[in-house]
Amino acid sequence: MAYGSFVIQRDLSFTVERGEVFVIMGGSGCGKSTLLNHMIGLKRPASGDVVYDGLSFWRAVPEVQDGLRRRLGVSFQSGALWSSMTLAENIGLPLQTFTRLRTRQISDIVSLKLALVGLAGYEEFYPSEVSGGMLKRAGVARAMALDPDILFFDEPSAGLDPISSRRLDDLILELRDSLGATMVVVTHELASIFTIADNSVFLDAETRTMIAHGNPKTLRDECPNPTVRSFLRRGQAEAVAGGPAT
Amino acid sequence: MESAALEVRDPTLVVRRHGQDGAVLELTGTWLSQRDLPEPAGVLGQLRSGAIRRLAFDADRVTAWDSGLVTFVLKVLGETSTWGVAADRAGLPEGVRRLVALAEAVPERQTGRGGARPAWLARLGARAITKADGVLVGVTFLGESLQALGALLRRRARFRASDLFLVMQDCGPRALGIVTLISFLIGLILAFVGAVQLQQFGASIFVANLVAIAMLREIGCIMTAIVMSGRTGAAFAAQLGTMNTNQEIDALSTMGISPMEFLVLPRMLALIVMMPLLTVYSNVIGILGGAVVGTGMLGLGPTEYFEQTRAAAHVSDLLIGISKSVVFGVVVALAGCLRGMQSGRSAASVGLAATSAVVTSIVCLIVLDGMFAVILNVLGF
Repeated sequence: MAYGSFVIQRDLSFTVERGEVFVIMGGSGCGKSTLLNHMIGLKRPASGDVVYDGLSFWRAVPEVQDGLRRRLGVSFQSGALWSSMTLAENIGLPLQTFTRLRTRQISDIVSLKLALVGLAGYEEFYPSEVSGGMLKRAGVARAMALDPDILFFDEPSAGLDPISSRRLDDLILELRDSLGATMVVVTHELASIFTIADNSVFLDAETRTMIAHGNPKTLRDECPNPTVRSFLRRGQAEAVAGGPAT
Repeated sequence: MESAALEVRDPTLVVRRHGQDGAVLELTGTWLSQRDLPEPAGVLGQLRSGAIRRLAFDADRVTAWDSGLVTFVLKVLGETSTWGVAADRAGLPEGVRRLVALAEAVPERQTGRGGARPAWLARLGARAITKADGVLVGVTFLGESLQALGALLRRRARFRASDLFLVMQDCGPRALGIVTLISFLIGLILAFVGAVQLQQFGASIFVANLVAIAMLREIGCIMTAIVMSGRTGAAFAAQLGTMNTNQEIDALSTMGISPMEFLVLPRMLALIVMMPLLTVYSNVIGILGGAVVGTGMLGLGPTEYFEQTRAAAHVSDLLIGISKSVVFGVVVALAGCLRGMQSGRSAASVGLAATSAVVTSIVCLIVLDGMFAVILNVLGF
């Protein structure tokens, strides 16, 4: 992964299993969001590839890429809802574009998706008229519009109060369990990481590669790398290791 | 969301009576929204006419499902619960049951949206009130900008000189290209129109008078102002609108820095300085454009043409054009800044702000130019 000749991360290799919640973690500026952009097909990696079900994304022809993209749903950091459309139109657009459903069916599905994220009744609101937490949930509803196999979340809890952020975590887990979808979450919120993650990868800004891979709880207790342990213990790794230092 | 779809069969629905007042909905096949799903209305009619009090589901033979099944179940449950029907959801697929519970967890919010449109008289009244408020806001903004100018004269205005120079560079030297093109062509067109008429009387030399007076008094300043409104006024609106979206203007206000002084004043000053210079430049280029037609098409000598121009044009014509250009500069700057600061916090409203800035400033420019024409005529200039 690189911008121009500046390499952000190299030698990344990991597998996301179907139906798991996979967390991409690391400190600020280590390239988490860039990695996400590679995975969702926004930015071509400097070298390497992203493979879905044995199908290479970056070596595929554009038609196949579009087909793959439709199996992904992305919830962006600040919602990224189209500001000139109501919430209902935001969620309805992919349905209108990619399915042959009737208008009434679309509006039923839109209402369902909004109800799933706790926003029933907000169909006719514009994004500028609802709060930040609601925007984020509406973004999740839009990501789910086409019933995708894989849902990506970029910093789902950034800028949310603890309760909203907890609810969003619960929503991610509930959706995974009921839809059987795969979830890929970029975050550095420890509470979130420990609540939702089945598996994770840790990107390090200094060595510019992944330095840990596995369940975060196991990594916290057993990872040999001090950077990872310190991150997962909010910087108190050495203090804990050195006994009661408070 | 699909469970393993081994066979693709049409979705079917059978209502089976169970006991005296019970019913079981038997669902089979692939319940994907892309396929034609049964309408809830039909089932609901059947249930209603059967005076059902208890409802159960049997979805064991559903091979695949997606949002289509969930919306169907939600509709049936929602409607029957208002009749007091007890529903047993145990027969639904596990995922559907959880999604239905999730969708019902937060009750629908009554937002009062989507109600009937108010009567036309009420809409007209509401629009009139909005327009009147708009005028008030415009006048207030003009007043505040004059206060900022006052602060500048008392050397108390707070803005960065580097900002002023940046804006000046952008709306001065960088606008030369487009002003050159427009003014040259306008001078050319004026001369053409005049030449066709004046040649009939053998008075082609008066093309020089026509071009000189029209450029100096009217066309030079108004064309420059319209170009600047499209080029710079819209840019001001977009920039300030985006700053408003990012709360940058709020950040200035909370630090006690007046956005009027910090953002509006430099833009207004830049146009006050640059508009007269651009207007004079536009006059010169316009007259050159006229001269091209005069010498090339009408066979006048260059010296003759410029001599005639010099005799026709008075210093007062030049000064009138320059004074108007100062006023026009203020109008373009204020319309752009006002619409930008009024802009809402979304991409769509920044676009609207830019449009509205150009419309506002062009309307004000033409109205003001008309007023200038009447006043100067009365005063005898």
